[in-house]
Amino acid sequence: MKSDFFQKRRIPLAWLLLTRQPLRLLVAIAGICFAGILMFMQLGFRDGLFDASVTVHKLFDTDLVLMSPRSMSSISMSGFPRRRLIQTMAHQNVVGITPVNWNFLLWRNPDTLSTRSILALGFEPGDPLLKDPNFSSKAQALKNRGRVLFDELSRDEFGPIPDWYRNGRVVETEVAGKRIRVAGLVSLGPSFGADGNLITSRETFMQLLPSNPPGSIEIGLVRLREGSDPDLVADSLNRSLPADVKVLTHQAFIDFEKNYWRTSTSIGFIFTLGAVMGFVVGCVIVYQILYSDVSDHLPEYATLMAMGYQLKTLLGVVAREGIILSIMGYVPAYLAAQVLYALVRGSTKLPVAMDPQRAFLVFILILVMCMGSAVAAMRRLVDADPAEIF
Amino acid sequence: MINLLNNCEPSIKIDGLSHWFGKGSMRRQVLDSISMQINPGEVVLLTGPSGCGKTTLLTLIGALRKVEEGSLFVFGSQLRGSRRKTRQKLRRQIGMIFQGHNLLRCLTAEQNVQMGSDLIKGISYCDRRDQAREWLLAVGLEDQMSKLPHDLSGGQKQRVAIARALASRPKLLLADEPTAALDSVTGREIVDLLKRLALEQSCSVLMVTHDPRILDVADRLLKMEDGRLLLPIG
Repeated sequence: MKSDFFQKRRIPLAWLLLTRQPLRLLVAIAGICFAGILMFMQLGFRDGLFDASVTVHKLFDTDLVLMSPRSMSSISMSGFPRRRLIQTMAHQNVVGITPVNWNFLLWRNPDTLSTRSILALGFEPGDPLLKDPNFSSKAQALKNRGRVLFDELSRDEFGPIPDWYRNGRVVETEVAGKRIRVAGLVSLGPSFGADGNLITSRETFMQLLPSNPPGSIEIGLVRLREGSDPDLVADSLNRSLPADVKVLTHQAFIDFEKNYWRTSTSIGFIFTLGAVMGFVVGCVIVYQILYSDVSDHLPEYATLMAMGYQLKTLLGVVAREGIILSIMGYVPAYLAAQVLYALVRGSTKLPVAMDPQRAFLVFILILVMCMGSAVAAMRRLVDADPAEIF
Repeated sequence: MINLLNNCEPSIKIDGLSHWFGKGSMRRQVLDSISMQINPGEVVLLTGPSGCGKTTLLTLIGALRKVEEGSLFVFGSQLRGSRRKTRQKLRRQIGMIFQGHNLLRCLTAEQNVQMGSDLIKGISYCDRRDQAREWLLAVGLEDQMSKLPHDLSGGQKQRVAIARALASRPKLLLADEPTAALDSVTGREIVDLLKRLALEQSCSVLMVTHDPRILDVADRLLKMEDGRLLLPIG
């Protein structure tokens, strides 16, 4: 095997062609790297947005979710009668339910006194709500009126609540024009729809939002007996319940929200378009580099052909240049994207992170970009006429 | 001696070779029924005014162009109507030295020569590199091996080009005015070197030249004019 390698080994022409012109190589790498970073950022933002839109959705401790068919997304939830949720208890596989109120309220920043819209969830403190095992003990504090749990991952514009609370200060502020007190901290995370979250009891929720009909809730959580199939139960509940409510599995509930951001807003399109632009810019840069490289060396390629090298050998050289460029451009793009992701996470608190699937996708895109450009540049190589060099 | 040469197969055998350039009314004949033959080990010089078709003839023999009319045998294979693949393979047995040396700018002298020896199959990388070094030694460039072409003088570049052409162990060497860019002393050196190496390798040489100072290296002198081969003088 090793001897075979030495039999076949040739001078690494592609590598030398690239590295003997360091300035041009640097420009090429910078261009590919730029295109790669652009794609990483755009796709990262897009995926981050879709993930961020369901940060709260994912945390619910539930198998099925009831919601109004008129609800389009987390930022426009409609109510449905709480009776429907109670009716699901008739199903033999349902073991528990949690009615949840869901609305946006105005939060006054106790530091600057400016107001900002915050997502408020109301539930019965005795019911299970989140998967977090420490949550139920925190929820006990909500049994008193006018108490809320504040999401410590909320954006800073809501005020330095987590710091104040940890320092033992009594944090009181106004929500929807009424006084509340922060009785604990939870970790949920902001989403594109909501910059911050708070959790309170249904009783306090009703107090904050008196216009809300008391028998109306926005979502209903349904927990099933272990081993039962959520899809089957959701189907049978959908059939037996009236049309003023629909039953989704937990995953379908998450997908429903993601789907809203993907299809009903221009955000997904914009970021995908951004990624496409990065791809096109990269193609143009690599094509320019490879084309001028081939053009500059055309007499040399023709010489090689006159010496007896086959056209396919020379095409292989250009293809290898493409592969080398894509690897040399990808590595710095990957590292830069890691740094930029961290910066974005720090300043927007969005869950933007490198996931292996995207890392692979961008590498494939860069490879396609470089190889496509190489193939386009190869057409120039066909013009290399060995008869012309004499 | 004459008998010996006649007994073996000629390296090149040309019969009634004609060639045209251009199309339609612009069509112009550049070669007119050329017939000749070059035997193994012969050094043949081809002279003539510029534009008389010398270079065209060279490219036809070098299997770089398609033969239009007449027959052209190189090492016994007919080039008229030959396939691209056949011509490509044939080129490996032909060493070419160009007027403008045409070295690869991104490769060192040693690597340039190795591009020639890389064409030989079945030899390990190290052996091919050693061969490249030997060839550079033979042309007197052992101190310049790791230099890039733009650090070499014109004569040195031309010597590298010769080493490269010989490194693929050709049986036929085609040279197009190898001394044109050189001063007389270097030109002389190059031609002597070429002749010596060709003799050692027993390969035939066909050299196009304008340079009257190097005519004495030839076993045979051919003159061309207006696409025709003039009868040998003397």
